[in-house]
Amino acid sequence: MEKFIKLSSQLTPLKIENVDTDQIIPARFLKAISREGFGENLFRDWRYDSNNKPIKDFILNFHNKNSKILIAGRNFGCGSSREHAAWAIYDHGFRVVISSFFADIFKSNSLNNGLLTIQLEEKVIQNIFDKIDKNPDCKFTVDLENQLFYSEVLKIKEHFSINEYNKSCLLNGFDNIDYLLSIKDKIINFENK
Amino acid sequence: MGKTLFDKVWDNHIVDSIKNGPSVLYIDKHLIHEVTSPQAFSGLKRRNIDVFRKEKTIATADHNVPTINQHLPIQEKLSRNQVETLTKNCNETGINLYGLGHKYQGIVHVIGPELGITQPGMTIVCGDSHTSTHGAFGSIAFGIGTSEVEMVLATQCLLQNKPKKMKIEINGKLNKGVFSKDIILYIISKISASGGTGYFIEFAGSAIESLSMEARMTICNMSIEMGARGGMIAPDEITYSYIKGKEFAPKNKEFDHSVKKWNNLKSDYDAIFDKVLKFDANDIEPMITYGTNPGMGIKIGEAIPKSAIENSTESFNKSLKYMGLKSGEKLLNHKIDYVFIGSCTNSRIEDLRLSAKIIEGKKKADHVNAWVIPGSKKVEKLAIDEGLNKIFINAGFEFRQPGCSACLAMNEDKIPKENYCVSTSNRNFEGRQGPGSRTFLASPVTAAISAINGCVSDIREYI
Repeated sequence: MEKFIKLSSQLTPLKIENVDTDQIIPARFLKAISREGFGENLFRDWRYDSNNKPIKDFILNFHNKNSKILIAGRNFGCGSSREHAAWAIYDHGFRVVISSFFADIFKSNSLNNGLLTIQLEEKVIQNIFDKIDKNPDCKFTVDLENQLFYSEVLKIKEHFSINEYNKSCLLNGFDNIDYLLSIKDKIINFENK
Repeated sequence: MGKTLFDKVWDNHIVDSIKNGPSVLYIDKHLIHEVTSPQAFSGLKRRNIDVFRKEKTIATADHNVPTINQHLPIQEKLSRNQVETLTKNCNETGINLYGLGHKYQGIVHVIGPELGITQPGMTIVCGDSHTSTHGAFGSIAFGIGTSEVEMVLATQCLLQNKPKKMKIEINGKLNKGVFSKDIILYIISKISASGGTGYFIEFAGSAIESLSMEARMTICNMSIEMGARGGMIAPDEITYSYIKGKEFAPKNKEFDHSVKKWNNLKSDYDAIFDKVLKFDANDIEPMITYGTNPGMGIKIGEAIPKSAIENSTESFNKSLKYMGLKSGEKLLNHKIDYVFIGSCTNSRIEDLRLSAKIIEGKKKADHVNAWVIPGSKKVEKLAIDEGLNKIFINAGFEFRQPGCSACLAMNEDKIPKENYCVSTSNRNFEGRQGPGSRTFLASPVTAAISAINGCVSDIREYI
């Protein structure tokens, strides 16, 4: 897993609630057997029409393609447990997703892939949506070490919470399997109890 | 302080706990399928490690298989490759596979229970969110991602934060024409598609206790549709008599011994839940959804409301626009194009018996395509032995072969753009049943009678 320490980027606002993983990546694109390449079908049916032509007013089709931070409405990532959703978001280039509320499985899947999920209060997110409407090019910084999300220009500074274990995995690029393999003796002892 | 059913099962499976972090949870049964496992096997290869406890994982092919001509090679190249990759991975690692053609093949959440693999007090996971189904037996069962599939293959463990606990009680007697699908759609319409997020739910109360195992599975299956990590129901005599005699269930003295253990699982009288909700069974009527998340449901005779809990006006309107519907409009008598009876929610033998009974001697409306997809080879065989397949075929329905089919439309079974489908599945998301498809979630009997009439129909008028 790639380390995550600090980054600065424009935000990509997706002002929709209950974004389910079928929207993030429809089932018909889950036929691959590798983890790569899902980014091109990220939000496929919102991004392209039935003739595969880009839908002009969908954010990914006109916004800065180098944005690394996706900010969306509440209950993001609900529905199917497909990790392909996290892979697609990561493969597209995002490294952070912000919402007021994440579905549980999506959150674990993201953290297991080095995609940081940041939960902020709904009114904070609404305020950010309003401000970036007027300043779409404004950059925000995510500082994992200090658990801060901020924009000096827009005078926004938010602290976010993350548990110590997940934070240390992201900062060091460790994953859960490395940890579980390291305690295999304990697992065998548990089985023999 | 007493413990809940969830606490008891959880505590029995904790290998270790990380300070200020998650717990290491031991997994008793791991179910895998072709779509969410290939990258996990590649991960093991990359790390050069073996499957740790191959006998604790069971595989089947269900999400991406055709529902006709299963004896022929899969036509579509990518799907064929995915199913063949599962076979190859199972052969290489020694994992038991119930693949296409096997008498035990079927939807992963149908075969676990019907083979007696699913038992009370277990921890069960699968790379599929509807793993919550198995909670109907009093097990902790939940969906996981592919990285977690790899963790279980490698170590038989997962790192998990303990969720909060919620109890949902339904007391009283169910009305005529109300089935377990209606109960769960009713609950979700009350608490929204995210009302259970962060929680593990125990369903209780006299209305729940009165249900058969298959009906209980439908309820637990859809706990994820309110965002819950999983749902559980305390095991009782109904549970034990369902399990008894199943292929992989404990036998003879071992069974009696297991029942004694299982009897201790139910929540203590003084157990504390973080949240308790109570509903009156008498208020539940046949339900149907009108929107694009499972929380957007109404009693079948009601008009579409002007708003829904936890949906902003913008999202609510977007949803109705997608569905081609308006607030104030009634769904009853709304013309439909498709009926889908199947999925891990409602493809078991009781679902097929109930629907067959409704349509026996009748014909589907000419303009409706009606599909019945049994949940497994065993369900298919039982349905054929009981002559249900003939009832469906005589009524103009297609009786197909087992798989997830149009629930997620990964194979060829897709509902065309802007077509309305009354579906017994679990999700009405945009495009879930095919790009542009419009889904009305309902019970199998509502789906069956709607196919006959060619429009959304109220089952109570026919029983």
